[in-house]
Amino acid sequence: MLEIFNYLADRLVYELIGLAPETALGSAASFFVASVSKIFVLLVVLIYVLAWLRASLNLERVRGYIAGKHRLTGYFLGAGFGAVTPFCSCSSVPVFIGFTSARIPIGVTMSFLLTSPMINEVAVVLLWGLLGWQMTLLYIVVGLSIGILGGALLDALRAERYLQPFLAKAYAEGAMTDARTESKRLSLRDRHDFARDETLGILRRVWIWVFIGVGLGAVLYGYVPDDWVERHLMDGAWWQVPLAVLLGIPLYTNVTGIVPVMESLLLKGVPIGTTLAFCMSTVAASFPEFMLLKQVMQWRLLALIFVLLLLAFTLVGWLLNALAPLLFVGL
Amino acid sequence: MKQIKVLGSGCARCADTAKLIEATAERLGVAVQVVKETNPQALVTYRVMSTPAVVIDETLVHSGSMPKTEHIEGWLQS
Repeated sequence: MLEIFNYLADRLVYELIGLAPETALGSAASFFVASVSKIFVLLVVLIYVLAWLRASLNLERVRGYIAGKHRLTGYFLGAGFGAVTPFCSCSSVPVFIGFTSARIPIGVTMSFLLTSPMINEVAVVLLWGLLGWQMTLLYIVVGLSIGILGGALLDALRAERYLQPFLAKAYAEGAMTDARTESKRLSLRDRHDFARDETLGILRRVWIWVFIGVGLGAVLYGYVPDDWVERHLMDGAWWQVPLAVLLGIPLYTNVTGIVPVMESLLLKGVPIGTTLAFCMSTVAASFPEFMLLKQVMQWRLLALIFVLLLLAFTLVGWLLNALAPLLFVGL
Repeated sequence: MKQIKVLGSGCARCADTAKLIEATAERLGVAVQVVKETNPQALVTYRVMSTPAVVIDETLVHSGSMPKTEHIEGWLQS
């Protein structure tokens, strides 16, 4: 179904514009046109549908579901809700405060906050459109696991010791435990309005990243010689995964920009574990995000989470590189 | 004079909200003092978990989105 975009792009680039498919410019241009058109069509359709479905879910209700649940259930719920609620780095501090003040354990809140930037509807749409459902499923499973295990580990290390004092106090007192959530019934009209606003809002926020990401991916795809990748990255030497994770940290982008890059890395033959480790590190371990969280956490907790993420991405990378021959026989 | 606080830090919508309130007040000729409150502690005090949020004379009237102009008019004229 999605091949139609590749077909149309080839038509446009090779026949109408007249670039040759064998040239770097030609293959890069075709990659760019196919990816951009595919992404925008998928984004509009799927964001609208998903927003329509989750119109009645807001953060207060999520908190209501999670608060008071057993810790173990909490990690799964936290990561799950993190995946389905849209993420904006400007909301991570209020969410952290709101959850913590309702006496939700720090680990459960972090399950939510770790999963949220990695998995969202835009990521799923892009992965599915560009890399197929197997990669999408793998990405979701890895993202959820990192959120769940990371949260559990933070609680095991008693992370609440390292909150900023005002928040530690709010946590101890349960300053918002009695917060009520009013649920209102939504009419079809309300849902449509919400979904339309969401779609336009997300598009306005991510369109530039689509162009940047796909542009970068196209350059990689068209201009980086295959044999260079083969010589330097195909062998999957152990040090390449931690190196990819470290490289990903200063590269701050969101998931919209990184998926097209991921596509061209994989097409070039970079091992799947290395690729995924690089991309998750770019999306989830970002300095601007951590600077914001400094308002609610002490340095030690921030450093702890940071190290934890880097270790997790590296381990996932190694594991997937080792398992890759078993996982994707058909790819 | 109404004391208005817009809670939230680092988001573009928070700054827009403060501007919109100021502009609306000026249009209606209502005397207001608008402050952008970026201290995260204020979120605990006013029990807010989605920003931007609007507090008028120490009462939380809105949170989670940029308020619509007609709502702002309502708050200012009450």
